Amino acid sequence: MAVTSAGINRELRLSVTGEVDHHAAAEIMTEVERQVEEHLPRKLALDFGGVTFMDSSGIAVVLRCYRRLGELGGELTVRNTPDQAMKVLRAAGLERMIRFE
Amino acid sequence: MKPTNETVITFISRSANEGFARTAAACFAAQLDPTLDEVNDIKTAVSEAVTNCIVHAYPNTLGKVSIKLRLFSDNAMEIIIRDWGVGISDVEKAREPLFTTGDAARSGMGFTIMESFMDTLKVRSIPGKGTTITMRKRVSRRMSGVA
Repeated sequence: MAVTSAGINRELRLSVTGEVDHHAAAEIMTEVERQVEEHLPRKLALDFGGVTFMDSSGIAVVLRCYRRLGELGGELTVRNTPDQAMKVLRAAGLERMIRFE
Repeated sequence: MKPTNETVITFISRSANEGFARTAAACFAAQLDPTLDEVNDIKTAVSEAVTNCIVHAYPNTLGKVSIKLRLFSDNAMEIIIRDWGVGISDVEKAREPLFTTGDAARSGMGFTIMESFMDTLKVRSIPGKGTTITMRKRVSRRMSGVA
């Protein structure tokens, strides 16, 4: 698991890699929150291209980002989600609320 | 119907064992020659059930979790995940999408995912005694070796 960031002009991209399960989620969530609070982005892109597995712990991470970006008046995009993770996020209806690229 | 193969794995309710449980189930399921999607469905459902044991069954302590994996001649896999923890007082409520007794790190989608990714899900619980989750998935019979 790793969260790496790239940001310019209050557009932040966070790349999450490895397994996103309960065991890893606390650390991922802490790092994601830290990055968001540091950059206060208007646009946040979560890049899941390096995610090897995700369960409903990933739903919680995405929802947290969605709500925080909402508070900041910003926009969340989720990118490069592998099939297994996408099936989990779809099960929570997130496709209807959030843009997936 | 009697299983053609069976194993039981027992471990401590540490979150580090979530990945182990997923991989063990995927490994055992390999005998049915499942597709990648089917393996992923099984791994995800196991992850949800085991996480429930770790997060909810033994609050502030550690306890035993067991996974029984059974394979059947109709190409089905049965997964029985059992804990001897606090139990669920209202199973119907627990199974509601988005309902959770956990903190903000929990989405309340565990049972919903188990239900949609597996063919069947049974939840039995006695408060103070423990909880047993039984899930079943029939895997497509792939025609390996047929042109």
